[in-house]
Amino acid sequence: MAKITYIEHDGTEHVIDVKPGLSVMEGAVKNNIPGIDADCGGACACATCHVYVDEDWRDKTGSSSAMEESMLDFAENVEPNSRLSCQIKVTEALDGLIVRMPESQH
Amino acid sequence: MNDPAAHVVILGAGHAGGTAAALLRQYGFEGPITLIGEEPIPPYQRPPLSKAWLKGEADADSLALKPLEFYAEHDIDFRASITATAINRGGKTVSLSDGSSVSYDALIIATGARAIALPIPGADLTGVMFLRTAADAELLKATVGPGKTLAVVGGGYIGLEVAASGRALGAQVVVLEREERLLARVACETLSTFFKAQHEAHGVTFELGATATAFVGKDGHVTGVTLADGRTIACDAVVVGVGAHPNDELARDCGLDVARGVVVDLEARSSDPSIFAIGDVAHRPMPIYDRMFRMESVPNALEQAKQAASAIVGKPAPAGEVPWQWSDQYDLKLQIAGYAFDVDEILVRGDPASAKFAVFHLKGDLVQSVEAINSPPEFMMGKQLILSRRPVSKARLADPSISMKEVAA
Repeated sequence: MAKITYIEHDGTEHVIDVKPGLSVMEGAVKNNIPGIDADCGGACACATCHVYVDEDWRDKTGSSSAMEESMLDFAENVEPNSRLSCQIKVTEALDGLIVRMPESQH
Repeated sequence: MNDPAAHVVILGAGHAGGTAAALLRQYGFEGPITLIGEEPIPPYQRPPLSKAWLKGEADADSLALKPLEFYAEHDIDFRASITATAINRGGKTVSLSDGSSVSYDALIIATGARAIALPIPGADLTGVMFLRTAADAELLKATVGPGKTLAVVGGGYIGLEVAASGRALGAQVVVLEREERLLARVACETLSTFFKAQHEAHGVTFELGATATAFVGKDGHVTGVTLADGRTIACDAVVVGVGAHPNDELARDCGLDVARGVVVDLEARSSDPSIFAIGDVAHRPMPIYDRMFRMESVPNALEQAKQAASAIVGKPAPAGEVPWQWSDQYDLKLQIAGYAFDVDEILVRGDPASAKFAVFHLKGDLVQSVEAINSPPEFMMGKQLILSRRPVSKARLADPSISMKEVAA
């Protein structure tokens, strides 16, 4: 299991044990955490699972694909540490990961 | 409805019903919730059934919207393998297929749509399948594979996704389409031509203008599809993908307004203020197109689940969204935003030969819809333009050397 901290835009923290193999998005959605909509269920088709990866974890979460990059480019309030959480696979190495949610996914 | 004792009953545990239950809890609703589903499993995502799941790239756990424990943990009474048989509006109760009844303060009808069957001989042979439920998908996956021939009746998006997945599973695939082109009801000719060529390059064969008149079989199992021209196309299995019909009978029978689905407003509320209808079963207003219609898509199910849950807890209605959908076939990502209503011009941006292009449907200089192949910027910006109703320069839109951000600026 990897412990992931999801922080809502208003500062509310949710610490969840996520099974390796799921995506960071699935960890949030399956636990009904507000702030990650994931309308397309992980098909990289909607950009509604946007998160900001904590600076200390940017290397470990890897880089985004060209498809993810071009979807993110049109999301709101994109920062250098923005990712689509459906494209980050959870591994034991991500135990302790912290992600923050934007104000809105739409 | 902030009464903590108010009981919300949701009929249908699909994407819409399951999402409405979860959102009610997310929005702080504390009353009892009963979620009634016809299928034996909790709500799950249907789109992967014709895509990643069929190819073995997603399992049952990842299909589930929430794990089974979620419902008990959040005090949602999820009842599987049961259907509603009648809505009694006077007494605010619903009769169920097990003979019991349940009373409601707010009722959400989320009964979805069912696959349309072909009214032709042999439709009851084994091996003649649909793709609507997880059980359908299990059966299909167990049936097709190397050495088998799959006939797909219907060249719409479901049919084409099944064709692509059938090829990925190693089967021979033939698509039979009644119209002279694929996607005839849902896409323009450029896209029809493009998808046909892509599927042919992956070994799929097509019979266009081909009306199936009978399924023939041996020992109760399908062995072929007979066409109106007299030929019989041999196959080991058939998937029929010719559209869906809303499950709106309960609403009709209890006297709610029903058009091509249960008529609702922008709060997803029906003609009875205590009853909502969401997802594939609802006939809803779409203000950007100034009309009402019924949609079959996950984003629509989610948007209406938000509308109903917001109305029930007294939260402001969510902002209007642009309807959209997607399809994955081979390495092609198709994203569609909007609907091509009142269109007077179709403009292609990019070169279909490069498998990276977008088709814009315009009404004057307003974007009504966009179909984007491997082109997320065109999809994302097109969606924003549809919502904003901001005019665009057609010359700039047609020039792929000008970025979508500049086109929209």
